[in-house]
Amino acid sequence: MTTAAALSKIPVTVLTGYLGAGKTTLLNRILSENHGKKYAVIVNEFGEIGIDNDLIIGADEEVFEMNNGCVCCTVRGDLVRILGGLMKRKGKFDAIIVETTGLADPAPVAQTFFVDEDVMASARLDAVVTVADAKWLSERLKDAPEAKNQIAFADVIVLNKTDLVSKAELLEVEARIRAINPYAKLHPTERCKVALADVLERGAFDLDRILEIEPEFLEAGDDHDHHHDHDHGHHHHDHDHHSHGLKHYHDEDMQSLSLKSDKPLDPAKFMPWLQQLVQTEGGKILRSKGILAFTGDEDRYVFQGVHMMLEGDHQRPWKNDEPRESRVVFIGRELPEQAIRDGFAKCIAQ
Amino acid sequence: MSGFDISGEAASIVSVTDRVREVAVGTPVGAVHFLGDTAVFIGAEENATFVKPDGETSTVALHGGAILSSVTDGKRIVTGGDDGKVMQLDAGAKAELIATEAKRRWIDNVALHPDGAVAWSSGKIAYVRAPKAEEKFFEVPSTVGGLAFAPKGMRLAIAHYNGATLWFPNMAANAEMLEWAGSHLGVMFSPDNRFLVTSMHEPALHGWRLADSRHMRMTGYPGRVRSMAWTAGGKGLATSGADTVIIWPFASKDGPMGKQPAMLAPLQARVSMVASHPKQDILAAGYSDGTVLMVRLTDGAEILVRRNGTPPVAALAWNAQGTLLAFADEDGAAGILPL
Ligand SMILES: [Zn+2]
Repeated sequence: MTTAAALSKIPVTVLTGYLGAGKTTLLNRILSENHGKKYAVIVNEFGEIGIDNDLIIGADEEVFEMNNGCVCCTVRGDLVRILGGLMKRKGKFDAIIVETTGLADPAPVAQTFFVDEDVMASARLDAVVTVADAKWLSERLKDAPEAKNQIAFADVIVLNKTDLVSKAELLEVEARIRAINPYAKLHPTERCKVALADVLERGAFDLDRILEIEPEFLEAGDDHDHHHDHDHGHHHHDHDHHSHGLKHYHDEDMQSLSLKSDKPLDPAKFMPWLQQLVQTEGGKILRSKGILAFTGDEDRYVFQGVHMMLEGDHQRPWKNDEPRESRVVFIGRELPEQAIRDGFAKCIAQ
Repeated sequence: MSGFDISGEAASIVSVTDRVREVAVGTPVGAVHFLGDTAVFIGAEENATFVKPDGETSTVALHGGAILSSVTDGKRIVTGGDDGKVMQLDAGAKAELIATEAKRRWIDNVALHPDGAVAWSSGKIAYVRAPKAEEKFFEVPSTVGGLAFAPKGMRLAIAHYNGATLWFPNMAANAEMLEWAGSHLGVMFSPDNRFLVTSMHEPALHGWRLADSRHMRMTGYPGRVRSMAWTAGGKGLATSGADTVIIWPFASKDGPMGKQPAMLAPLQARVSMVASHPKQDILAAGYSDGTVLMVRLTDGAEILVRRNGTPPVAALAWNAQGTLLAFADEDGAAGILPL
């Protein structure tokens, strides 16, 4: 008999952020708030958490290369081991949080969930949550590639310490973030005061929950957009691209690239192209995501990837009132934009 | 390099399922060992359950959390826990604390030497405690994946990332590093002390001929190898990880190099555990669908011990005489087959 517990996979939230941004503050909030859930926490800086919990495990962040000789194909060896041990205590906790060091690249953690069969059988990656310091992030984006990686990789960004900056400075740092990653949910906070529902149980890596791929700042009704509206009309007119008054930056080495087609794609062309693209450019591509309409296919096809690792599946039938539009997004470093655009255009069915 | 391709075929099966004595451990099981004719089921957490030949069961508290590793020499069982403790159990069901890790870090691996020495590891450090000797430790470059004592001499193999280290705790000389790229988890010496074999994070085994450190790469598995067992006399190494039991030939001086492994007992399920009969050419195999089979190595004849339809078999062991076979699935549904 297989129990329900064996069937449901434990959600794992990856908590990143540059040194001093407030990761531990957020972690302490998650652990101490009265939510009726029990978290197992895999931490690096043992002892910083002032909460007694026998499910806090110290980790060594051992990044192992896979045997394909590729530097971007890595997993966290310690995580494989620790998750294996934790699963012996199934039922004693509801979810797992993996805190990385301030200098860590989130990719090996995420890739562990794409390649390790034991991890995949028992746990699922929920989201990468990055805590950023509103006062210092702009500086760190200039001098710390790790900080940029963490922003580019994030599904959720907690932009912390907003009380230490002016409105203009806040707009500035938000624009810097959006230049790198326009897709993450962004939550400006003081002392990491964010609703836990906004950082936990996000399902950001759940193929079934990829609903739409739209840059966040274009979405109407987002409850923190009013930050931008204040300055609308009199703030950096000359650089504005968007009506929200958000400055538009172009980050020199980290970008996102969005592709769109309202004509269906030919799966016999798209799939080999995507595979080839991640094989050759996967080192540069941090995250990828897509919703695809294929010729002769009544189902939406969705995929996501981290570097060279991809997973994809048919999701659900297209609804009648839904435009059959394909959207693909890449976030990465020095992306060969024109080559990617040309390659994508060739996948449109004739 | 050696490799294999799997092509399954069905076989008619004799059944002894009605001779199995069922055991209700009641909690998830991680391993089973025999102390004499008493089967000891090691829980995934906290306890061990002793089952005497007359069927009497008793539970012994071992750890304050998960039991991460266990090993036996037939006289005692040593376990490591996520409570940072190394515990020892004897046949009288007495539990004894052997060591406590100072920072309460997990004890990931344990090993036993025929002379009575105990080894354990926590993080990157392997510890050895021999009778009437000081405790010694050795740090390797990355977290220890597995430990094994050599069958002769005081030598400990420590598996880790990018190879295995042979450490001689009683000698001042430097340890010897056997290199091979990748993460090495399980580790075993061959009973004749000629070969060292590791199971890797990727679905493969790696071996070294100890005389000249010559590499032996054993690949072709669809899944990671979690269970390895030397067949009677050490002629072959039986492994899990495929839809059949894979047995690599180790009888010749070159080990399995350039040879095909034997593939026995194919099923529509992954082999999860293997256990060799201590005296005869018979192997027990547990599968991901709960099946347990006995297989005769000489002709591949199979006997059904347990039917499918449960969680994976997580524990499998023979007693030293080869007269009892114990097994349990992940949820703790267990049984003992007298032969
Ligand atoms: Zn790669």
